[in-house]
Amino acid sequence: MSSPNPTISHSVAAPGVRQLTFGQAINEAIAEEMRRDPLIFVVGEDVAEAGTPFKVLLGLVDEFGPERIIDSPISEAGIAGIGVGAAMTGMRPIVDIMFGDFTTLVMDQMVNQAAKIHYMSGGKLKVPMVLRTTMGASRRSAAQHSQSLHAWLSHVPGLKVAIPATPYDAKGLMKAAIRDENPVVIYEDKLSYPIKGPVPEEDYIIPLGVAEVKRTGEDITLVATSSMVYVALSAAEKLAEIGISAEVVDPRTTAPLDAETLIASAKKTSRVIVIDEGYQEYGVTGEMASVIADGAFYWLDAPVKRMGAMHVPIPFSPALEDRTIPTAEQVVEMAKMLCGRN
Amino acid sequence: MTKKSSTASADDTPRSQAKLSDIPANGVVSTTTDLLSSQVEIAFDVPALPAETLAEMYRQALLIRQVEEFLLKAAEEGKIGGAMHTAIGHEANAVGAAAALNPDDYLTCTYRGHHHGLAHGMDVGRAIAEVLGRADGFAGGKGGSMHFVAPEHGMMGSNGIVGAQVPHAAGLALASQIRDEGRVAITFFGDGAIFQGVMHETFNMASKWKLPVIFYCENNRYSEMTPTWRTSSVGEFYQFARAYGMESVQIDGNDAEVVHAAVTQAAERARAGEGPTFIEGITYRLAGHMAGDLETYRSAEEIEEQRSHDPVLVLRNRLLERGSSEEEIAKIDAAVEKSVAEAIAFAEASPWPDPAMAYTDVYRT
Repeated sequence: MSSPNPTISHSVAAPGVRQLTFGQAINEAIAEEMRRDPLIFVVGEDVAEAGTPFKVLLGLVDEFGPERIIDSPISEAGIAGIGVGAAMTGMRPIVDIMFGDFTTLVMDQMVNQAAKIHYMSGGKLKVPMVLRTTMGASRRSAAQHSQSLHAWLSHVPGLKVAIPATPYDAKGLMKAAIRDENPVVIYEDKLSYPIKGPVPEEDYIIPLGVAEVKRTGEDITLVATSSMVYVALSAAEKLAEIGISAEVVDPRTTAPLDAETLIASAKKTSRVIVIDEGYQEYGVTGEMASVIADGAFYWLDAPVKRMGAMHVPIPFSPALEDRTIPTAEQVVEMAKMLCGRN
Repeated sequence: MTKKSSTASADDTPRSQAKLSDIPANGVVSTTTDLLSSQVEIAFDVPALPAETLAEMYRQALLIRQVEEFLLKAAEEGKIGGAMHTAIGHEANAVGAAAALNPDDYLTCTYRGHHHGLAHGMDVGRAIAEVLGRADGFAGGKGGSMHFVAPEHGMMGSNGIVGAQVPHAAGLALASQIRDEGRVAITFFGDGAIFQGVMHETFNMASKWKLPVIFYCENNRYSEMTPTWRTSSVGEFYQFARAYGMESVQIDGNDAEVVHAAVTQAAERARAGEGPTFIEGITYRLAGHMAGDLETYRSAEEIEEQRSHDPVLVLRNRLLERGSSEEEIAKIDAAVEKSVAEAIAFAEASPWPDPAMAYTDVYRT
């Protein structure tokens, strides 16, 4: 990311509101929910004393003990399946899958099991489970620890998928996910963990399926998810300098998708770029672009454009990796073209 | 302390008095290398069950058999779409286990799971209606044959993915352990599931965490339509479990009384906090893998040979040995026939689901 923490015109960014990092916000959301509900437990690799490789869960085992913060063997499919089974009884497991790349190992339990049990049982069973995992490149971690695979699980009916960008959204969406009666997957961008933002002390949730306009504008809409929200906001700053007013809309969840807010913004500005860190081909950007094109066709002055990860395995070397993810500069160039300013 | 008993006989000579927990780690059970052999070692105490328990198990086994025979015929007549798997020949594994467990214990099983659902008390008419895809099916026709479910009976799902239900049982057991409920989870899977990776992930965690779970392998010697000996590097599956520090035993899965004894002991161990047990029930699928299976992979002679140890027949003979009369058994037969006929009539009279129901239940609201 070119600009890690630009200013966000956030609905709660009032003076005096406490600042937390994205990682702290996740930790606080889980801790508060675990205090409230004894049915919640965490299971995953390196979750107890280690607090995950990103230290997001640090301290939870001290408060809740190893019975509720359970260090598992390296058995992703097994722990996902155990989570599904426990959730069927009304427990609320949070299954921790260290890297989003490893969700490939839990596909059966998420796609064929968690997503379908409520439906196949005619509503007799439910799976109120959270699967938290990571996404995002730029950590020099190479092709098996850098992917953003949220499109995969967004594709499956029965699952909900959240991709928070800010600390405020991370806490509110995590709480909503834990309280939801359905399996919810949360993708946390690894580079977002140190980002600070306003997080109020009082209890709140962000309903799954409600987008937020992160910056208002008139000339072009930048629909951006997760880390790409910062790329879009940075691009919007640069565009403002040349007289293009960009609106930044963050869907916050891919499933359910708040099509209404996306379409409303598109109708207002008449031009749209959808930016997401997943692969562009057959990805989240394609779905959103289609939804917008269908819903705002008569209001559009240009085709809806997509920007996603380059269609290559994410390379290791910084000189290579940095080319694979959309940058603010690329977004500015695309926006200028759509606005006839090249 | 142990004795070899041919599963082809229902002899009443005293069986071993060894406890399940007394089995030495080096194994005292079957020395069978030919998986088609029906030589099974009984290596623990098998108490004679009360006559009424035996009679009830016979009633259930016969009912399951008749339901399965109806469904098989209906499928072969084209009245049931998809792959429909019957448990004809597997009945004793289900009725013996169900009788040994508490009503609030949990169960998961494979897509070959009609027998388990029915043995655990699912309504027969609604079960048949589900397999026929009708509105009165227990899931309104959304699940079908491979997805039996009845949480009110602890039946938490049969599963279309081989092995996937096994970690679910560990999760059910973990929930019971966390809440200190004393509920046991049993999961049934076939010999074909043994080599799924998730099985071994689950064995390890269940044993390490001493989860109150019973892993029950219904070894019918075929992985779907391939003889398991052809794909297995190991002859005796119960030995797998010992690598995980689990108690394990190989039993005659066609003898409901033996199954009952093994599951009773495993459940006692689980409730006492002693962790999981692996039971390998040697059984045989007397019908095809699924309806319409041409069964080109085994001979008619082999199937005929196995019929002599049909689990329904074993139970019937056991009742006679213990003093039941032909008249008493005929009464059970008549009652089963009547209730199955009524259930079939109920299911066949049930309407197709309202097409709008396809959109409901995707999410819990």
